[in-house]
Amino acid sequence: MRLVRNALDRLVPNEANGKPQVPFQGVNRHHPKGRKAAPKIPSCIDYPEDGNKLVPDLKAALVKVGIRNGMTVSTHHHFRDGDLLAVQLFDACAELGLKDLVWFPSAAFPCHKPLIAHLESGMIHHIEGSLNGPLGDYCTDGKMRGMGVLRSHGGRWQAIQDGEVRVDIAVIAAPAADAFGNANGVLGESACGSLNFALADSMYAAKVIVATDNLMPFPCVPWQIQGNNVDVVVKLDRIGNPAKIVSGTTQVTKSPDRLYIAELVAKFIRDSGIMRDGFSFQAGAGGTSLAFAVYLKEMMQQAGVRARFIRAGSNKYLVEMLEQGLTDYILDGQTFDLDGVRSMRDNPKHIATSPFTSYNFHGKGNFASLVDVAVLGATEVDTSFNANVVTHSDGRLLHGIGGWQNCLYGKCVILALPAFRDRIPVIVDRVTTVCGPGELIDVIVTERGICINPLRPDLLDAVKNSGLPVKPIEQLKAEVDAICGRPEKARLGGKPVAIVKWVDGTVIDTVWQVLKR
Amino acid sequence: MPDFAEAGRRGKEVRSDCWVRIEPKPGGIKLTLTSKVETMFGKAIRKLVRDELAFFDIKDALVTVEDSGALPFVMMARIEAAVKRLNPKEKREYLPELLDHANQPTTRERFRRSRLYLPGNEPKFMLNAGVHKPDAVILDLEDSVAPAVKDEALFLVRNALRQIDFMGAERMVRINQLPRGLDELECLVNANVHMILIPKCEDPQMVKDVDARISRQLGDSPSFPKRKRGQSPASGVKRDASGVQRPLLMPIIESCLGVFRALEVAQASRNVAALTIGLEDYTADLGTQRTLDAKESFWARSQVVNAARAAGVQPIDTVFSDINDMEGLRQSVLEAKGMGYEGKGCIHPRQIVPIHEAFAPADAEIDRAKRIVLAWREAGAKGLGAVALGSKMIDPPVVKRALRTVDMAIRMGRLAADWETSALEGAK
Repeated sequence: MRLVRNALDRLVPNEANGKPQVPFQGVNRHHPKGRKAAPKIPSCIDYPEDGNKLVPDLKAALVKVGIRNGMTVSTHHHFRDGDLLAVQLFDACAELGLKDLVWFPSAAFPCHKPLIAHLESGMIHHIEGSLNGPLGDYCTDGKMRGMGVLRSHGGRWQAIQDGEVRVDIAVIAAPAADAFGNANGVLGESACGSLNFALADSMYAAKVIVATDNLMPFPCVPWQIQGNNVDVVVKLDRIGNPAKIVSGTTQVTKSPDRLYIAELVAKFIRDSGIMRDGFSFQAGAGGTSLAFAVYLKEMMQQAGVRARFIRAGSNKYLVEMLEQGLTDYILDGQTFDLDGVRSMRDNPKHIATSPFTSYNFHGKGNFASLVDVAVLGATEVDTSFNANVVTHSDGRLLHGIGGWQNCLYGKCVILALPAFRDRIPVIVDRVTTVCGPGELIDVIVTERGICINPLRPDLLDAVKNSGLPVKPIEQLKAEVDAICGRPEKARLGGKPVAIVKWVDGTVIDTVWQVLKR
Repeated sequence: MPDFAEAGRRGKEVRSDCWVRIEPKPGGIKLTLTSKVETMFGKAIRKLVRDELAFFDIKDALVTVEDSGALPFVMMARIEAAVKRLNPKEKREYLPELLDHANQPTTRERFRRSRLYLPGNEPKFMLNAGVHKPDAVILDLEDSVAPAVKDEALFLVRNALRQIDFMGAERMVRINQLPRGLDELECLVNANVHMILIPKCEDPQMVKDVDARISRQLGDSPSFPKRKRGQSPASGVKRDASGVQRPLLMPIIESCLGVFRALEVAQASRNVAALTIGLEDYTADLGTQRTLDAKESFWARSQVVNAARAAGVQPIDTVFSDINDMEGLRQSVLEAKGMGYEGKGCIHPRQIVPIHEAFAPADAEIDRAKRIVLAWREAGAKGLGAVALGSKMIDPPVVKRALRTVDMAIRMGRLAADWETSALEGAK
């Protein structure tokens, strides 16, 4: 492995977990040739004619699909912190005496802490997916054997589709399924919304297991996952707790400071002229990037403006907007609360989208670039507007990327964040980890002012006479430094522990081991 | 002298604060620091601790700091509190710089529609208070601070006044009941506090005592504010030689006796600029409870507003304490405005905007006031004694009220300052 400098002057490894890596080439510079990956041709001869693919338990399912040491196994995060499958799955792998597996989740959560024992035992070799909480610490402390690979939701589809990651076995938790393998997330006691984070895996993985707590007679409709891609079906007592989908990042903030920022975001959208009939917006995870929609809704009502679509993780506020006719559609990547689940099930204008339709960079377009304005969070932003979402300012892994990188292709990208947290400055000289290049980030909204990227004179011009508190980012940074002091740089260990992929599969930055003092 | 002393707060829920423990022990300063910002500010924090201990001549001690992201001025206050608990005779102050934005003057007649109460020992609520644009912030040393931590709150409030940018909000402090409150003034007057709120005020002598202590502190006489160069004569506030402005006073009437003596209290000093009422203590004194429609306190509130007007100071209403009842808040402000009050207290930033909106004159009110003012000017220009609007004669008090409404509309940005010129041009 060698370290090379990429187009953002970041040192990145040219190899990770034995696979060669392309350093980030610049926005829209990397254009791979070649063909998409594809699984082997199956034949229905090999599957039961009566369509009954049921096996008694997870172990039997794993044996049936031929699990072996070193395989890549995927699970998905439609239950977020309420996922109960991954731990059961790897416990079953442990009973089978397996080792060196690669876990390829669409996202990991604090509920996956028990997997640390399996990393320590050698059963799991490493994790390719977002790492936060206890797993994030495990990785940043340099304890994981392989290198973490962090991808966006779109990047995960791209990696599977392009054959960068070959999923040997996908295990899909399904709140409703039939014995043929048709499955959805909108029916049953564990209903969580959409299963589309698992869609790529169902299409490209060598073997697919559907695990459900709610087995129903054929046909299980709608079939968000098609049984024609599924090898075996297993019935479990529990697969997830949908009540735990709701977490800090999916609830509207109550903090007066964050609400102030959210209101400022809505005012910016209104006063810049983005809010007009037929417009579209994306609301993200993170208290503030959800809360702005509450203010925007009021402004839309006052102005008599109706949106064409909202791209979202949906919640009750967005569902209200749909039901009150303030938007024609919700194009939903993931439901964030039970109102979202209900609406997706019952309202034909609440559409489940997938990382393929919304985010995949190696497709013939995606929806993210059609969105008029996307409002996102970040942990740090630098004066070139480069932003970080994965690490804390001390270098520790903190959050997954989610759809964040993909949304940067929206027509106007707004980061809503506090200028500092306690004593931690958010506006910095150089972000700890670059996840998004500054040229794609247009506006920073903080409680201490709004900064517009000089690359967007049109936006500067649009809000010139609005009375909004617009100021240069250097000025905001000076204000923050005056309050917090200028921080020292984190002491990093010189050993790369994870790489951050850009949406095109190149490596945009490295996460380094954090040394204790 | 105690064996050790502690100050500040620690624990999972604590933010923007720190906890300090100092135990004198031979062998130099042994510092144990745990901080959530260790990687970013570890060196700076260690230097701050050592510098401050050296300032207080502490050379040998075990020092523990558990930091939850405290800004430097917060940590300085916590260390000072621990030092002074260890040695109550220590009178020196370890002061952070009085920053420019903290050293701006106030004026007597500015708006005091909203004043946001901030618990005096809770730094996390102070840092962004100005963001929400209240007319004033009140750093509270009285009811929101537990008796055991009154001392450390005082240092924190002093340091906050010297360092935090409240973004144009007037800087008020509610001191403790006298006599404790008098001693607190020593710390506060050099931190450019704009207004001192005197709690449980029921005797003009209390106001005079506060005034006298401030004078002693500033080294001048309480009764005749001198005009300094560059200061408008109407503002009635002054600065001492070092540029520190003499704080204005707002007595809080909170007892039956106080209500009866409200006028004397308001007239007790020329530095009184506003008079307010506190209903929790008042209703307790009355032997009843606060209700939503507040009939029980109507007479008291009316008395206080009358006393304030009679004394020529601003009448300011009490706080509205249900932060979830926005409609109740609005009604309460409209009622207060109807009674003659010009301000309302808030305990949460989200109450600020509704308060400002409810105090704002209605469009129709502004329009009518404009017409009256124009008619009055015209009558004056023609040398007419009586002012008429249409077929109706307008009395001088009505003109006075219209002038006040127009002035408020201009100051709230609802009316252009040169509206008369444009109105006259429009008429041509």
